[in-house]
Amino acid sequence: MTAMFQTESLCRTFKLPRTRVLGAHASRRALDNINLTVNPGDRLGIVGESGSGKTTLARLLLGLDVPTAGSVSFLGETLPLADMKSFRRQVQAVFQDPRSSLNPRMSVADIVREPLECLNIEESHSARVDESLAAVGLSKEICARFPHELSGGQRQRVAIARALASRPRLLIADEPVSALDVLIRDEVTAVLSGLTTNLGLTLIIISHDLKVIARLCDKILVLHRGIAVEHGAVADVFRSPTHEVTQRLIASVPRMPVARNAP
Amino acid sequence: MKQRNSTLVIGASLVGFSIAVFLLSFFWTPYDPLEINPELSLTRPSAAHWLGTDENGRDILSNIIVGSRATLVVAMVSVMICMLLGVSIGVATAMSPKWVESPAVFGVDILLALPTVLLAIVLTAVYGPSTSTAVVAIGLALSAPVAQVTRREVKSILLADYVTAAKTSGSGSLRIVRKHILPNLRASLFVQASGASAIAILAEATLSYLGFGTPPPDPSWGRMMASLQQYLIVAPIFPLWPGLAIVITVLGFNLLGDGLREALDPTLRRQTD
Amino acid sequence: MLLQVRGLTVRFGDDVVVDDVSFDLDSGQRLGIIGESGAGKTLTSLAVIGLLPDTASVQGSIVFDGVELLEKTDAEMTLLRGNRIGMVFQEPLTALNPLMRVGRQIAQPLRIHRGMRMKAALDRATELCARVGLPDPERMARMFPHQLSGGQRQRIGLAIALACGPSLLIADEPTSALDVTVQEEVLKLIDGLVKQEGSSLVFVSHDLPVVATMTERVAVMRGGKIVELADTRDLLDSPRHEYSQLLIRAANSSDDDFLNLARPGKT
Repeated sequence: MTAMFQTESLCRTFKLPRTRVLGAHASRRALDNINLTVNPGDRLGIVGESGSGKTTLARLLLGLDVPTAGSVSFLGETLPLADMKSFRRQVQAVFQDPRSSLNPRMSVADIVREPLECLNIEESHSARVDESLAAVGLSKEICARFPHELSGGQRQRVAIARALASRPRLLIADEPVSALDVLIRDEVTAVLSGLTTNLGLTLIIISHDLKVIARLCDKILVLHRGIAVEHGAVADVFRSPTHEVTQRLIASVPRMPVARNAP
Repeated sequence: MKQRNSTLVIGASLVGFSIAVFLLSFFWTPYDPLEINPELSLTRPSAAHWLGTDENGRDILSNIIVGSRATLVVAMVSVMICMLLGVSIGVATAMSPKWVESPAVFGVDILLALPTVLLAIVLTAVYGPSTSTAVVAIGLALSAPVAQVTRREVKSILLADYVTAAKTSGSGSLRIVRKHILPNLRASLFVQASGASAIAILAEATLSYLGFGTPPPDPSWGRMMASLQQYLIVAPIFPLWPGLAIVITVLGFNLLGDGLREALDPTLRRQTD
Repeated sequence: MLLQVRGLTVRFGDDVVVDDVSFDLDSGQRLGIIGESGAGKTLTSLAVIGLLPDTASVQGSIVFDGVELLEKTDAEMTLLRGNRIGMVFQEPLTALNPLMRVGRQIAQPLRIHRGMRMKAALDRATELCARVGLPDPERMARMFPHQLSGGQRQRIGLAIALACGPSLLIADEPTSALDVTVQEEVLKLIDGLVKQEGSSLVFVSHDLPVVATMTERVAVMRGGKIVELADTRDLLDSPRHEYSQLLIRAANSSDDDFLNLARPGKT
């Protein structure tokens, strides 16, 4: 079975602006030597605090950025592929901020249709739009509305519908529920969870919130300052974290006080 | 929660008034503005000549009405030039790689440093005074601030997740500009165009006043001010008329721009609720 | 009774954003205000400290230490702010003046309210930096906000709020913008400092587990109203209002998913 994604010694270093006119550029190593394998059907969670490199990794996997060293391969081929449209048809993304992930000037229908138009999808576009909206639990009536008329949870679901339009095989979600209210979070998390069971999607979830990862993922990769410090099955890593960073992360998760009225 | 946007209303009214006068100039004026009546030199406002006559006995009101053509044509055409040029440069530089963007920004900054009037004088020295020279000069000079503001706005739009989503949806750069950047710039462009119009009108008046704009005999408010200003002490009412015409039109466009910004920005902000 | 809020109603034009809110807070007590975005929790806390925007119209009564705050002018409220009532905000980057060294920012309330001279105030500011757990306080005090991490900035925010030993500290989502490990440290810090000072605490948040550990009483807000006000313990064990039940159930189930995995020896 060919891995969906494979990274080899992936590195990404950023040049910082010069502090002196003729001085050298300082650099920041955002990712260092990442070796990652994502198999079809995996539900991988990438966890880390700010500055850990998780968003950089997401951008590299999506082909939105080029590595400084090392490589990213999709189904055995190194990115960037000759046929990027084919890649984009198969790998889609959902972003964090429901306020800025939808073009305020486009209607929901136009938003969900965009990938169909850009990626030369042959199926009926309007049928596909309806199906994608249904897959996230939204009705057709929402097609004519604009983002400012929608709630945060609805916007995030539209974003997911847009990602589903091209029938992708893999979905990368960068902090998909972090900006949502607690009760809405559950709804959207349920939608994402359903996608793997109903549509057989491979899922990569990036989050700083271990509870979200616990709910959505079966594998986990922990990043700290650009380095992969731990990876494995979610159950194993949560139960017996080996690295200090992981242990701290798990210990810091705010919990409801114990001694509830439950047996 | 709708609040009456008085700025917009007043601005739009004044601009509308100026445009109405402009349109009127093609159909009717009280007198032929070019008709010289030396015996009626400098008569005060009267029933026959509502705003009086100038030093050559020409009806001031007619000259004001026809003078609006020079002003508004120059303003409109130069604003079109500066918007087309400025927005194109702004969008292009915002989306270019660093090595293209930096020198381009540098170039815009230099253009920004040149006063409009100075540029016009230079061009006039080369090509001779005319309406077209004024138009080109003003359009060129004003394209710099438009490019600068546009570039900043485009850069902030480029940061939005919906642009990243467009890229992952397979959208190419041209489509991103067409579907995502320009529509979201619309509000800002209206505001910039209004502001640029105000400056263009003032610039044209200044150029005409200095003799670098519309040459005689075509009426022009700026030139009228120049020729009537010598009577400022004796009979201030004469230079008052072209001055008032300029002020009203410039004020109108300024208020229109401010009013549009007030009207359009909150709508955009409401979306980030 | 340190703080008595009765029938607090805040309007923006026709929009009622805080609707008939009432609660008490005694010396040394801690009250949590929990709710989703738009529930009116931030506006309530801004009303107490007198920082509502000019477009807001306020009715009701807020009595702090026997004095009716809603009758005070802005100038009079300025005497209280940073002095008897301190506030910590969510976004440390925007709450601090980017152009002023942080030591000076801590010194400001000391100079304004305690009439200290600059040198003395700066010395005290350095002490406060140490007190909020910043390593190398002398060096830290000379930094600008952008040179510090989010957690460090929030500690500075705390130092500023607590500089004059206020009897009431209002914390509005103080850790929501921070990484989870930093959040834990900052929460411990708030807990410790409030205990030391004997101040009362109003803790506003959307994060139920956080509020549950920091407070003894909780007000649940929704749509501008307080739908339930109870001891934290009682609220968690037997919430009465339907909305509180929803919130608690969601928090518990999300906790469960996580804990089921993290508990050792679970099959």
